[in-house]
Amino acid sequence: MSEAAAFEHLHAAHCESGVMANLMRHHGVPMTESLAFGLASGLSFAYLPFIKLSGLPLIAYRMPPRSIIKGLMAPMAARFKFETFRSPEAGQTRLDALLADGQIVGLQTSVYWLPYFPPDMRFHFNAHNLLVYGKAGDDYLISDPVFEETVRCSSADLARARFAKGVLQPKGLLYYPQGIGRKVVEPAAVLKAMRKTVRVMLAPVPIAGVRGMRMLANKVASLPADAKSSAAYIGHIVRMQEEIGTGGAGFRFIYAAFLQEAAAITGMLRFGEFAERLTVIGDGWRHFALAAARMIKGRDPLDPKALAGQLRALADQEEGFFRDLKVALR
Amino acid sequence: MDADAVPQEGNATLAGRRKLMYARGADGRTVLVPSRGWEAEEIVTSQAVDALIEQAQEARARVLAGSAAPLEYWMYERRMDVALLSQTSGFWQWRVRRHLTVAGFAGLSAKDRQRYADALGLSVDTIARLPA
Repeated sequence: MSEAAAFEHLHAAHCESGVMANLMRHHGVPMTESLAFGLASGLSFAYLPFIKLSGLPLIAYRMPPRSIIKGLMAPMAARFKFETFRSPEAGQTRLDALLADGQIVGLQTSVYWLPYFPPDMRFHFNAHNLLVYGKAGDDYLISDPVFEETVRCSSADLARARFAKGVLQPKGLLYYPQGIGRKVVEPAAVLKAMRKTVRVMLAPVPIAGVRGMRMLANKVASLPADAKSSAAYIGHIVRMQEEIGTGGAGFRFIYAAFLQEAAAITGMLRFGEFAERLTVIGDGWRHFALAAARMIKGRDPLDPKALAGQLRALADQEEGFFRDLKVALR
Repeated sequence: MDADAVPQEGNATLAGRRKLMYARGADGRTVLVPSRGWEAEEIVTSQAVDALIEQAQEARARVLAGSAAPLEYWMYERRMDVALLSQTSGFWQWRVRRHLTVAGFAGLSAKDRQRYADALGLSVDTIARLPA
């Protein structure tokens, strides 16, 4: 029943863009991870103090889960079917039926309950994405894009991961294409997606885009330098930035790759210069992460105000970047 | 980040896994480079894992002192807190808190214990005592 041979797994930096690139390529669309990410306007920043993960606020360096999947529908004239289930049994029956039909199926899962993840990476994060491309005995054959090679997972473990509860619970969500109307990426779609990202990053709301970065900077500046909870908070920012879903700097680098592809697709070569500039901003995020990590480790004294200053500087750079990009897109 | 600057520091937290990085090649074009890890990430991941281990060990000490039920240890051992155990078990947070006490846990029906066992992915027998 397995169609394993026909499917090509490529390693990706981020789960959702990687899943969509692998799935689109399987259906004959030449798609890279960075193109999927940019075309779906995946880049963002949001500071959501009212959503807590283990008591700490949600800080997102990209758009919410499923937005890359949904963002690719219009540009590719694609229709996807999304299904959630009341019971793990129903979810597994449906998955097996789709696999028997030869479908490659996307799933949203928890990270914690997937045994093939390294133990130290298994946190209760429910918005992971992967593809199932076959079944062998009781094992599902899985293309998890953040792994170099394909992996396997028993049906009991996968059911648990699909039906984990809590924030962003997947409810067994599976998805697959019913039709992809366009097999090439149109320049107009690229420009439209870039305009949306500009709009999100410069949005006039305090928690999103560059304003969200400044709000987070203010929160960091107010942390006491001598409290253990401050180190936990700062570590959390960096962890959300780098480790979970491959984060802040990583997303800037992916978007820079998209800008180079955008230059080729649209023929507007100056997007290449923007790519260069965004790469430098991404390096700035990595400097921030390193400075924070050194303080957490006790190599440098904990200095929330200095870190807040770095965040503000990054917000200023990103604001300048997106204002200039907005002008270039006119 | 330049391709030759992609960190290959062998993070313990990655357990031998490599993650893909987007970097700048010699000609300025993006290249994809698998990374063995970066120290900054290892520090913040270990920080989170260690905090969870510490919580579990503190809970274990409370259980041994008779001031908490083993359920509290297992909650932290499974990297959860009261808010998450409430969401996964379906009990209100104030009830979860009560069930973490010795008397509160003792008063649980077999069915309610099964709910906690399911939420934690453990057996009913396991959650009633500390690991040997």
